[in-house]
Amino acid sequence: MSALQRKLMRDLIRLWPQALAIALVMAAGAATLILGVGAHASLSDTRSAYYERNRFADVFATLTRAPKILADEIGRIPGVSAVDVRIQKTALLDLPDMVEPASASIVSLPDVQPQRLNILYLRSGRLPVAGDEREAVISEPFAKAHGFDLGSTFQAILNGRKRSLHVVGIALSPEFIYALGPWDIMPDDRRFGIVWMSEKTLAAAYDLTGAFSSVALKLLPYASEGAVIEQLDTLLNRYGGLGAIGRKDQTSHAFLDAELKQLEAMSRILPPIFLVVAAFLVNMTLTRLITLEREQIGLLKAVGYGNMAVGLHYLQFVSAIAVIGAAIGIAAGIWLGGGLTRMYSDFFHFPFLVFRIDPATYLLAVGTTVISAVLGAWQAVRGVVRLPPAVAMTPPAPTQYRQFLVTLYRALGRISQTVTMVVRHLSHGWIRTASSVLGIALAGAILVGSLWSFDSVDFMIDVTFHQADRQDATVSFTQEEPYAALYEVARLPGVLRAEPYRSVAVKLRHGHVERRAAVTGKPPGTDLSRVLDQHFTPVRLPESGIVLSDMLARILDTQVGDLIEVELLEKNRRVVEIPVTAIIQGYLGLMSFMDIDALNRLVREGTVISGVHMIFDEEQRVPLLQELKQIPAASFVALQRISLQKFRETLAQNILVMITVYVSLAVIIVFGVIYNFARISLSEQGREIASLRVLGFTRTEASSILLAEIFLIVALAQPLGWLIGSGLAYMMVKGFESELYRVPLVLEPRVFAESSLIVMGAALVAALIVRRRIDRLDLVEVLKTRE
Amino acid sequence: MSAATLRTKGLAKVYRTGAVEVTALRGVDFEAREGEFIVMLGPSGSGKSTFLNIVGGLDQATSGEAWFQEHNLTTMDERGLTLYRRDHVGFVFQFYNLVPSLTARENVSLVTEIARNPMKPEEALSLVGLEQRMDHFPAQLSGGEQQRVAIARAIAKRPEVLLCDEPTGALDSRTGVKVLEALLLVNRELRATTLVITHNAAIREVADRVVSFGDGRILSVSVNAERKPASAISW
Ligand SMILES: Nc1ncnc2c1ncn2[C@@H]1O[C@H](COP(=O)(O)OP(=O)(O)OP(=O)(O)O)[C@@H](O)[C@H]1O
Ligand SMILES: [Mg+2]
Repeated sequence: MSALQRKLMRDLIRLWPQALAIALVMAAGAATLILGVGAHASLSDTRSAYYERNRFADVFATLTRAPKILADEIGRIPGVSAVDVRIQKTALLDLPDMVEPASASIVSLPDVQPQRLNILYLRSGRLPVAGDEREAVISEPFAKAHGFDLGSTFQAILNGRKRSLHVVGIALSPEFIYALGPWDIMPDDRRFGIVWMSEKTLAAAYDLTGAFSSVALKLLPYASEGAVIEQLDTLLNRYGGLGAIGRKDQTSHAFLDAELKQLEAMSRILPPIFLVVAAFLVNMTLTRLITLEREQIGLLKAVGYGNMAVGLHYLQFVSAIAVIGAAIGIAAGIWLGGGLTRMYSDFFHFPFLVFRIDPATYLLAVGTTVISAVLGAWQAVRGVVRLPPAVAMTPPAPTQYRQFLVTLYRALGRISQTVTMVVRHLSHGWIRTASSVLGIALAGAILVGSLWSFDSVDFMIDVTFHQADRQDATVSFTQEEPYAALYEVARLPGVLRAEPYRSVAVKLRHGHVERRAAVTGKPPGTDLSRVLDQHFTPVRLPESGIVLSDMLARILDTQVGDLIEVELLEKNRRVVEIPVTAIIQGYLGLMSFMDIDALNRLVREGTVISGVHMIFDEEQRVPLLQELKQIPAASFVALQRISLQKFRETLAQNILVMITVYVSLAVIIVFGVIYNFARISLSEQGREIASLRVLGFTRTEASSILLAEIFLIVALAQPLGWLIGSGLAYMMVKGFESELYRVPLVLEPRVFAESSLIVMGAALVAALIVRRRIDRLDLVEVLKTRE
Repeated sequence: MSAATLRTKGLAKVYRTGAVEVTALRGVDFEAREGEFIVMLGPSGSGKSTFLNIVGGLDQATSGEAWFQEHNLTTMDERGLTLYRRDHVGFVFQFYNLVPSLTARENVSLVTEIARNPMKPEEALSLVGLEQRMDHFPAQLSGGEQQRVAIARAIAKRPEVLLCDEPTGALDSRTGVKVLEALLLVNRELRATTLVITHNAAIREVADRVVSFGDGRILSVSVNAERKPASAISW
């Protein structure tokens, strides 16, 4: 090892606390990068491989009933490479280990040839024997949630008839990586599963012999999805087609996409913040180090080291810190990545999901960290390079403080000598002061920018479940039922109140824009499931006209008073023009509402309902649920209270993890900035502070100069942090907005207060650590040493 | 008589700081032969350090010429000067300028690693009588010892030119004598042309020649007919 490398090593060891504080900030940058990029790559690579191997379809459509012969015609649509027709229904399950009713998506498996698309990944067991009435393959998460294994049995109501099903296989499917039950806000593997059965059996059960109710298509590469969907819709029109969708509207795919988008946003926002702060820290620390080592630099040049060699020495110093930081960050990133992947496997069900990082990502992490360090060092190192060897031999001129600022502050009133010192010192090293303020502000911004989302979720839950959909449960029928079904439900034990609804699949069109949506019909003055306007006050649905959620209205580019085209996708496929009478609040999906009678008139079907919302007496819960399980006409029973509770529990677990991560990230920044700032300040002002002590100032009085500087910096950073944090929150709201869901921007004062408290707490700890050094200042030593 | 190792002609230096101009050197003509030991005296601010810095390749002249052997220093670029310092010049400064995080031996290696024909660091250190303290850090050495490390560092490359700016300035008389002895020893052994700036008139007695500076010029040069050994002087 050369003498210069030895110096580098020893400098690193001597300055280890400062170097470590910087390295940790860099580590946070590298870790979030590894985590974001790694998780994104793992998730999307695993998904593509899974899609590829198990032939995930590109286009999906559901319909009432079409003859299987139509499959050939569908196959002839230009651009289609494979067609898979099947029967798909939702059915109620009666499970031995559960009081509440559960549901399943029941999907047929072809009897003759093997599956062509959305091929099952069989974990254990086998596929059902053709025509066997009892054999079923069930989804793995559902099996796990109930402890089902090969040979287990459970009951299902298929088309109103209860049957006992026998598990012969446990499988996963690329179609149901994220399996969300109807009306649910989060997957609940206990209450919703997938059941695959022989096509023959299901055809017999649902009266669909020789027919199908669902189709999946694989397209040729470069085929136009839009064109295929259009032709498929035309073909399926006569058969009650509900409108074909591409992958982007397929639930499982869309939720994975939303997650990928979040990961991408994370890896675009967080790492740069840390790397910028790291660059600031490198800059201020190195600038100070170089001032202290002026004479050594001069010496190196005097004895014949070139400018480049000396400059490089300092670049190596910061690069070494960066490499250490990146190494810590990579280790932390891999560890966190493992955790994130485990968290994902609760929601996303892949045959195999591991957090795997491409070597290029490591290179990216190390590379960006080193680059940020070098950029941060640049200005200081340029000073080193420029330093003429002769000038380096003479001690630096005494610092020239800005007289005018001091005069200004003096003029502002009688200000104590210490305040003068603080202000003078802060304004003298204004670059350092400014970058410290910005660093602390960014730490605050990370907190504001992450903590707000919990309030936002709360707000969304409050609006959605306490103000709009206030029901405890919703029973969805397999198909429309006469109004009398409402009274049957209302008569069940414990039902306190019941309200009907009608749901019709439609295409809404305005101008050139067209969207598939469901129109929900409700009685005019509902009390359970209410429609809220943009000021969160209940809306009375008008006798004619349609009400759109704001997202839908925005997509269709309509305003109140516009006429929009409504194409009914069920029964008669009429197209009617209806005026938009109100635009309402809605966070989940694309929603539209009409008066139930108006909707029924539109469909020309008489008074029918699609389901019933209810509230029930908690005391009667068990008998009620027992009854609900048995309703032959029901396909799904949503239990909003229970879902919400489960959602809150999961959220609470994840929130704890997330808060820990974000608070740690912010604390790392605050610590890095304050510790380095204080050490530099102490190194510059050690003599002044020691002089004060010699003059008889107490330790507290002497260290108050430094603490006051830190206090000022932290205080100045707060409003800036709030501002940047709010900006981040706004960007996230805009970035996450999709047709699936939308999060409201809710910024409670509490979030700002909490963020500031955390930042100030961390700053205080860092300051106290440095204060201990002041207390231990060796007065004689400090005064003796030459600056 | 051997050839001139260092030679200057009309060497001038003007420092400009903002609007203020300070003339540090106003035309210095000077020559030093191989192996000569020259002491430079003069009041503070008379331009001694400026002169030494220019002939040592640390600084550039405003006008005039400075030559090292047949190389014109005044026309050399930054790179050329660096190489000149690396290969031919040894410096000793008043405040030692050791790297505190390196031991005595490592401080010397700093130079031997980049020089063309260096001696071993150990050899240089034993020349100045520090063979026992080679693995000590500067903070563990006395001022005189530190200065001797600095001398060892300066001579380890076997320089043709050894330039010392107040090498005994921070030392007491006895320690100063030791440092001086070390300088004289290497001057003799390596035949390095040695220029020593000092405020200490007693030191003039050990020199071949004494150059007196005043107001940016050489005021007088005196040749010592007889050189005293360092042990014979004190202050
Ligand atoms: N970097 C500089 N910028 C401006 N003026 C300078 C600079 N270096 C030296 N001077 C001025 O040049 C003149 C000569 O300085 P120099 O350091 O050569 O004197 P010196 O003879 O070495 O004095 P001393 O015995 O005090 O070390 C002085 O007036 C000094 O103020
Ligand atoms: Mg001088």
